[in-house]
Amino acid sequence: MSERPAGAFGDAITAPFWEAARERRLVVQRCRDCGRHQFYPRPFCLACGGTALEWAPSKGLATVHALTTVRIAVIPELQPPYVVALVELDEGPRMTTNIVGGTCRIGDRVRVAWRERPDLPPLPVFEPVGEGST
Amino acid sequence: MSLRTPPVYIAGVAETPLGEVWDQTELSMVALAAREAVAEAGMTLRDVDGIFVNYMGEEGSVQVGEYLGIQPRYADSSDLGGAAFEAFIHHAMLAVAAGRCEVALLAYASRQRTRRGRSMVRARDGSSLASQFEVPYGLPSPIGLYALIAARHMHQYGTTPEQLAAIAVAARQWARLNPKAWSRDPLTVQDVLASRMISDPLHRLDCCLVTDGGGAVIVTTAARARNAAKRAVRVLGAGESHTHWHISQMPDLTVSAGGVSGKQAFEMAGITPADVDVLEPYDSFTITVLMALEDMGFCAKGEGGRFVERNRLGPGGDLPALTSGGGLSYNHPGALGLLLLVEAVRQLRGEAGDRQVKEAKIAVAHGVGGFFSTAGTVVLARE
Repeated sequence: MSERPAGAFGDAITAPFWEAARERRLVVQRCRDCGRHQFYPRPFCLACGGTALEWAPSKGLATVHALTTVRIAVIPELQPPYVVALVELDEGPRMTTNIVGGTCRIGDRVRVAWRERPDLPPLPVFEPVGEGST
Repeated sequence: MSLRTPPVYIAGVAETPLGEVWDQTELSMVALAAREAVAEAGMTLRDVDGIFVNYMGEEGSVQVGEYLGIQPRYADSSDLGGAAFEAFIHHAMLAVAAGRCEVALLAYASRQRTRRGRSMVRARDGSSLASQFEVPYGLPSPIGLYALIAARHMHQYGTTPEQLAAIAVAARQWARLNPKAWSRDPLTVQDVLASRMISDPLHRLDCCLVTDGGGAVIVTTAARARNAAKRAVRVLGAGESHTHWHISQMPDLTVSAGGVSGKQAFEMAGITPADVDVLEPYDSFTITVLMALEDMGFCAKGEGGRFVERNRLGPGGDLPALTSGGGLSYNHPGALGLLLLVEAVRQLRGEAGDRQVKEAKIAVAHGVGGFFSTAGTVVLARE
């Protein structure tokens, strides 16, 4: 049995997402057969069942689908209050994330930003898009 | 789909010691409830040949089986969280109807209050999908996921914090009539809104209790149920489903698996929501009840807020619900679904004391587990 490479994160299916994240690129799986995007990644297309999946760059733009301000301490890195959101990428899939750098409401437009993490790949978070920038 | 199989009954129910239980183990609590439930059924533990247990240590039902001296010919430890015990009724009904077992024991106990054992932090090692894509965002589990669902429901349908609070108030009004309820002080909508915000829009008092407790239920054939010491209750229908684990994968944040489980159960029972005299919906959070009402068809999608605001669920309301006081005010030991069944049976037998719903003939218990992930619905009838 081969050993887990040092610094690897995730698994064979999710590793390309985190490798792109190290370069601050947000990528999602796209099905070459039906054109649908999906997140989180899987070894098959949830929409059509095909396996012709590729990693496609996301525009990094999304709409806030739901959000909550968390007012209790949950993990050491985040001091409450902070905002957890479910955002819908322009490519279609939804992601759980944090909203940083401003306040937001459901329906607002946001774009990807990156949170640096010691010993782990940067984490995609989202920030409000200024008026008129999209 | 109609069920062309022999009728199946609940012939015994019992609670374990409730609240803060310092002088028992989970296994001894289960033993007390199981003995009481089989006695109601006119049996002993030696009659039990089917066992439906989970969350009682490793290997599902095995440790409870050993402790009670049961070597079953049918064993099920399906893990549907809060909906597990409604799903167990579904499974036990089919197993008993098919003759694979004759006397099924469902049992559970937890000491999560005295053990301080309900954690909101999940594994973070990067080996699971949740630890990669959900946990690093500090989403408290499970309340943060229910909060996102509630926020979306409010945005989409105009549901208000006051409407959610009305559900906690209805539960408390019932709890005030139940001597076994943990929280019995008066409660108003303003009290709920003034309680500490945990994860917007859910306040402390939109959340269930954390208490010790559990219970036992006996499911059996018509022939065996005839010897019951108390009136047996017919299992008319049951259903179950699940939709997602990660909140990003929930197909529609305003629609739960209760739509599928409710439809299955009601169709099998040949009833509609209008036929239901008593409803025992899972109330991990106030939003859990509100969406279940919509998904099972007690009101249209999006109408849940308006449905609950005139206290229709409380004592004297036209849809008595949460009649024990529910997980919000009576007891929430984790897998609350078992206690929903106990209360539904007691209402149908007419033994619910000051909180008795008059002429209760049809009762529904509806479990919800995970992060609004799972649902199990059971329709029970007094014959």
